[in-house]
Amino acid sequence: MHFRIYRYDPEKDAQPRMQDYRVDLDPSDRMLLDALVRIKSLDDSLTLRRSCREGVCGSDAMNINGKNGLACITRLSDLKEPVEIRPLPGLPVIRDLVVDMSQFFKQYHSVRPYLINDEPPPEKERLQTPQEREELDGLYECILCACCSTACPSFWWNPDKFVGPAGLLQAYRFLADSRDLATNARLDNLEDPYRLFRCHSIMNCVDVCPKGLNPTKAIGNIKDLMVRRTV
Amino acid sequence: MVKRVIVGAHYGLRGWLVQRITAVVMALYTLLLLLILVIAPPKHYLAWKSLFANQGMKLATFLFLASIFAHAWVGMRDILMDYVKPTGLRLALEAIVGLALIAYAGWALQILWSV
Repeated sequence: MHFRIYRYDPEKDAQPRMQDYRVDLDPSDRMLLDALVRIKSLDDSLTLRRSCREGVCGSDAMNINGKNGLACITRLSDLKEPVEIRPLPGLPVIRDLVVDMSQFFKQYHSVRPYLINDEPPPEKERLQTPQEREELDGLYECILCACCSTACPSFWWNPDKFVGPAGLLQAYRFLADSRDLATNARLDNLEDPYRLFRCHSIMNCVDVCPKGLNPTKAIGNIKDLMVRRTV
Repeated sequence: MVKRVIVGAHYGLRGWLVQRITAVVMALYTLLLLLILVIAPPKHYLAWKSLFANQGMKLATFLFLASIFAHAWVGMRDILMDYVKPTGLRLALEAIVGLALIAYAGWALQILWSV
C-alpha cells in the first residue's frame, strides 16, 4: 500500500517534506495505525504519538487524506491511495506527526473543566436523577484528541483567544451538570466576542469528531443559556 | 505595553441575536416581495411608484434595509476580527464600515420617502 507521510525534524530539515512509503501489509493490518507501526518498524525515524490503539486515549489524531481522525480507528480499506498523512493542522509541529498541543490544553483549562460546588458534600455522594444524568450524554465522552479544534478555521485564526469546539463542549458539559453551581461564572467567562462568538457554525468539528459528538450543538446550547439569562 | 493576550470584553450575545433576528426580517420581506411580484406584479412605472408610495411598504422596506445594515455590521465585524490582527487597523476599518452603514441607512431613508 502506498503512503505519503509528512516528515519534518526542525533540528535537521529546513523545510517539511512529504515522504513516500510503499509497504506490504499483513492481512492482520486492519487499521491505519497498524500500517504506521509497520512503517515505523522499517523506518524508525518516523515519529508519531500512539497509546491505546482503540480510540480511547486520543493520542494518534492526525490529518488523514485531508480529514482529521484517529489512525487507530480508521480502516485501511476505506482509504484512497496514496494515503496522505499530515500532522493536525494549525498547531506547531514538534517533529513529523507530533504537534505541540499546549495552546489546545490552555484553552481547555480556561473553561475550568471540573465540577464547582462549594456546598458541604453530602454523606455519600451528590445524587442525580436519571434525567439529569442523561443531560451529560454526548458531552462526557470527549477524549480531547483535538481533531475538532484543529479542523476549525476560527481556531486556526485565533487559537490564543477562541476556546475552540473541544473546550466549549467541555464548558457545556459542566454547565449541563446538575451538581455544578457555577453556571453564572461560567457564562460570564464565555460571554466574549472571541472566546465563544468566534464560532460561526462552520461545523467542521461535527464532521471530524471520531467519537461522533456534536460541539456545534453544545455551543448552541451555551448561547441559548445566555439568551435565557439576558432576555 | 504588555504583550499578553487580552480577552473578556463581555459582549457578543447581542450581536449574535441581532444577526438571527435580522435574518428572519429579511426572509419575511423577501417572501412578501415575491408574493407581490407573483400575485399582482406591477406592470409599469406608475404601478411600481404607487406600490412604494404606500406607507406600509415604505416601513417594511426600511425595516428590511435596516436589517441588512445591522446584519452586515455584525458580519463585517466578524470578518475583521478573524482576519485583521493589528488592533489599530482593525479599529479604523470597523469605524469605516460602521460609518458607511449609518450613511447608507440615511440614504435609504431619503430614497424611500422621496417616492
